Amino acid sequence: MTRTTIEVTINGMRYRHEVEPRLLLVHYIRDVVGLTGTHIGCETSLCGACTVLLNGAAVKSCTLFAVQADGAEITTIEGLGEAGRLHPIQEGFWMKHGLQCGYCTPGMILAAYQLLQRYPDPTEAQIRRGIEGNLCRCTGYQHIIEAVRYAAEKLRGQKA
Amino acid sequence: MAKQFVGERVPRVEDQRLITGRSQYVDDIVRPRMVYAAIVRSIYAHARLKGINVEAARRAPGVIAVFTGEDVREAIGPVPVASRLPDLKIPRHPVLAVEKVRYVGEPVAVVVAEDRYQARDAVDLIEVEYEPLEAVVDPERAIAEGAPILHEEFGTNVAFVWQLSGGDIERAFREAEVVVSQRMVNQRVIPVAMEPRGVVAEYHPGEGQLTVWTSTQIPHLLRTQLATMLGLAENRVRVIAPEVGGGFGSKLNVYAEEALVGYLAMRLGRPVKWIETRRENFLSTIHGRGQIAEVEAAVKRDGTVLGLRYKIIQDIGAYHQLLTPAIPTLTGLMATGPYKIPNLHVQVIGAFTNKMATDAYRGAGRPEATYMLERMMDRIARELGLDPAEVRMRNFPQPDEFPFPTASGLAYDSGNYPQALRRALELVGYEQLRQEQQLLRQRGRYLGIGISTYVEICALGPSPALPAGGWESATVRVEPTGKVTVLSGASPHGQGQETSFAQIVADELGVDLSDVRVIHGDTAIVQYGIGTFGSRATAVGGTAVYGAVQKVKEKATRLAAHLLGEENVANVAFEAGQFFLKDRPERRLTFQDVALAAYLAKSLPPGMEPGLEASYFFEPSNFTFPFGAHIAVVEVDPETGDVHFRRYVAVDDCGRVINPMLVDGQVHGGIVQALGQALLEEAVYDENGQLLTGELTDYAIPKATDVPWLETDRTETPSPVNPLGVKGVGEAGTIAATPAIVNAVVDALAPLGIRHLDMPLRPEKVWRAIRGA
Repeated sequence: MTRTTIEVTINGMRYRHEVEPRLLLVHYIRDVVGLTGTHIGCETSLCGACTVLLNGAAVKSCTLFAVQADGAEITTIEGLGEAGRLHPIQEGFWMKHGLQCGYCTPGMILAAYQLLQRYPDPTEAQIRRGIEGNLCRCTGYQHIIEAVRYAAEKLRGQKA
Repeated sequence: MAKQFVGERVPRVEDQRLITGRSQYVDDIVRPRMVYAAIVRSIYAHARLKGINVEAARRAPGVIAVFTGEDVREAIGPVPVASRLPDLKIPRHPVLAVEKVRYVGEPVAVVVAEDRYQARDAVDLIEVEYEPLEAVVDPERAIAEGAPILHEEFGTNVAFVWQLSGGDIERAFREAEVVVSQRMVNQRVIPVAMEPRGVVAEYHPGEGQLTVWTSTQIPHLLRTQLATMLGLAENRVRVIAPEVGGGFGSKLNVYAEEALVGYLAMRLGRPVKWIETRRENFLSTIHGRGQIAEVEAAVKRDGTVLGLRYKIIQDIGAYHQLLTPAIPTLTGLMATGPYKIPNLHVQVIGAFTNKMATDAYRGAGRPEATYMLERMMDRIARELGLDPAEVRMRNFPQPDEFPFPTASGLAYDSGNYPQALRRALELVGYEQLRQEQQLLRQRGRYLGIGISTYVEICALGPSPALPAGGWESATVRVEPTGKVTVLSGASPHGQGQETSFAQIVADELGVDLSDVRVIHGDTAIVQYGIGTFGSRATAVGGTAVYGAVQKVKEKATRLAAHLLGEENVANVAFEAGQFFLKDRPERRLTFQDVALAAYLAKSLPPGMEPGLEASYFFEPSNFTFPFGAHIAVVEVDPETGDVHFRRYVAVDDCGRVINPMLVDGQVHGGIVQALGQALLEEAVYDENGQLLTGELTDYAIPKATDVPWLETDRTETPSPVNPLGVKGVGEAGTIAATPAIVNAVVDALAPLGIRHLDMPLRPEKVWRAIRGA
C-alpha cells in the first residue's frame, strides 16, 4: 500500500512518519508514536474516549486519518500535565472523584479543557452540554461536573 | 492521635496514573513480535455451517494463520457455565462454532495477521457458506409448541424450570380481599463498559507458561477455567487483569476469545492481541435483564400484602455463559423485597433464543425483582386508593424484627426501612409535592412522584450459596522498612478499593495512606481470590484485609513485648503506630522498628517465625442487605412525551461507610445506569435475530444532558455480618432507581387512566400512550 509522510507535533515533540493513508489518527498516536493515554471506545466518534486537542480544538481522533493531521499541533492527555504537576482540570477530577474506571477520563478532561476555554465560569447546563459528546458509564457525570467547576474556579484564580 | 482515614472523603490513590494517561489497559500492552487476531462472526442468528473457505484470507498480505471451529474443536474445551440448577440443560458451547451457528455475532473463525488492519482486511476475505434456519427471538414463542429448536439434542428450548416457595401461597390468595395482577417486561439491555473486552496472550516455552492479560473482573476464577479449557496445569497459567475500563458484570465471565487467544499464542509461538470492536461488544459480550413476568399480589383493603405469585420467563440467549442460569434465581430470592410478605411462589422458565446470552449486569436479577415489586406496590396503592408511601410503610418489618426471615428463605441482617423512607419523603417535601400535583393536574400539567423502597442482597456471599467460593482473600505484608503491601484477591476495576483498603490498613497500623500499596489482579503475585462483583469487594474483600491486618498486629505486638522485655503481652498497647507498655508508656517502639526487627530476626520470641506478613481468607456467615428509598419527581410533556426530571432524591443505607465520596460515586453511577434502562436503552433484535441496536448510534446510553442533579443522603445501619459493619453499594442505584423513575412517569399519567407502561419510556412510547388514553 502507498505510504505518505506526515509531520505532526504532539505535546511539543515533532514526529515524522510514513503512514498508510487509511491509518486512523488515534492508531497513529497510540501504536506509532506510543502514547496510549488516548483511548478507543467505539471508532464511530460517539463515545469521545479518543478526544485530543488538534490545533487547539477538541476532536475525536478515531474519525480522522493521520494524514489529515499533517502539520498539526496535537495535545494528548500526556501533554496536559503529569503527577506532581497536574493541570487544574486533572486536579479537579482527582479531588472531586470525577472518574472511576478511568477509561473515558483522558477524553473527558480534554473536552472539559475546550469547554472551559469557551466558558470560564460555566453553569451546570453549559458543562453538561460541553461534555455530552463524551460518554461515561461509571460516574453518572455528577462528580465530573463538580470537577469541571473546581477547575474553572482554580483557573480563574490563576488568571486574576 | 494519628489521622483517621476510614469515614473520610479521601481522594483516590489510584487516580494519578488514570488522569495523566499513564495507566495500562489491555490495548496499551505491547509485546515483542506481537501479532493481531480478528474474528469472523456469524451474520445469521440460526444457520447450518456448510463450509468455510479460508484460502483467500490465508494468502492475504500479513496473514499468518486462520483457524475455524473444526480446527480447534479438539484443542480447546467448551465455554463453561458454573451455575447448577435441577435439570439444567447445558448445550456444548464451542469457542468457534461447529456445524451450527445460533446467534448473530457467534465466533466462526479467527484470523491472525502482522497488524490489526491486515487482520481485519482478511476477515472480509473469508467465505462462510450458511444454510439459514428459522430463528426464534421472542422467549415466549421459543417455549411454545412448534418453535424452531436451537439445540436439537434437547428437543425443547426450555433450559430449566426453577421454583421457589415459602408460606402458603394458595391460602394467601383465598384470604385476599383484592388481587392485583400485572404483566411486565424487563427489557434486555447491554452493559456497554467504555473499554470493550480485549486479550493479549504470550507463551513462554522455557517455563511452559501462558500469560494472559485480559479485561476481567475475576482473574483467578478465569485462570482455573482457562487451564481446564486449554489442558494446561493451573500453575502454568498466569492471568493479569491490568487496568480494567468498567465491567458492570459484563467481564464477570469466561469468554471464548480468552481461551482462543491463549491457544493462538501457544500454537503460533508469538504474542497475540485481540481487541473487541464496539460492534462486537454489542453482539457478543453478555447482555442483561430480559425477563417477562406475570405478577399477582394477594392484598387486603388496608394495603397489607399477603402473598406474591410470579411467573417469569428468562431470556437465556443461545448458550449459557458463566452465571446465566443463576441470575433469575436472585430475582426469586429477592422477590418479597423490603416487605413482610409471608407467602411467595416464584416460577422461572429459562428460554433459549437465537441471541447473545444474558448474564450478570449490574444488579443481576435484583433490579428485576425490585422493579416488579415496586411497580406492584404502586399498582396496589392505586387499586386501593391509598398513598404509595403509606402502602410501603404498612408492609415494612420494624427495626426490632431483624434478623428478618423472608418467605424466600433469606435472613436480612439489619435494617431500618421506615427511617430511610421517612428521610426521603422529608427531603423531597412529599406532602407539598402531592398538593402541587393536584393543582398542576387542574391546569393540564402532568407531574409525577415515583417512590422505590428496596433491599438488595450483597457481599456475595457465603460459599455454599455460590457456584465458586464466596469468600475473599488478602495478604498484608509489612516490608522491612515498615511500608505495607496489600495483596487482595478482589479485582476492583474502577470502584476505588486501592484507596478504601489502604484507608482500613492505615488506620489499623497507624501509618500514612501513602505507606500502603494495594496490589490486585495478577494471579502470579496475589494468592487465590474470587473477584469483584455482587457488591462484595469491600464487605468481603475489605474484611479479608481487616482480618489479615489483625493477624499482623497480633504478631507485631508479641514481638514488641519481647523487644521491650515485657513478659505480659497484654501490657503492650499499640496506638498511632507506636507500641508501648501500658504501665510505663515511655518504653516504646515504632511500628517501623518492630517491622525491621521481624526481618533482621536477631531477637525473636521462642518459636516465632521471622518476617511480618499474614494472609486471611474471610468466609462471610451471611449475605448483607443494603436498603434505601429513592424518589423521582418528573413532569411529562403531553405534546411530546418527553420526561423532564424535577428532582431525584436517594437515601441509601450501605452500612458503615469507609469513604463517603466513593459511595456517592457508586450511587450516582448506578442511578444513571438505571435511568438508561428506564428511559432509553433496549437491545432490539428483529424477527430474524439481527441486532438492530448494535452500535452507540442506535443504542442510547445516558449522556450528561440526560441526567438530573442527584440529591444523595444516607442512613447508616451497620451490618452484623462482618467486623467492619459494611454492606456494599455497587449496585444499589441500579436496583433502586429504575422503578422510581417508571413509577414517577406512570404516576404523572394517572389522570389519563394509564396504569402501567413497559420500559424504556422513550418519548414516542409515552406520547402514544397519552394519545391512546
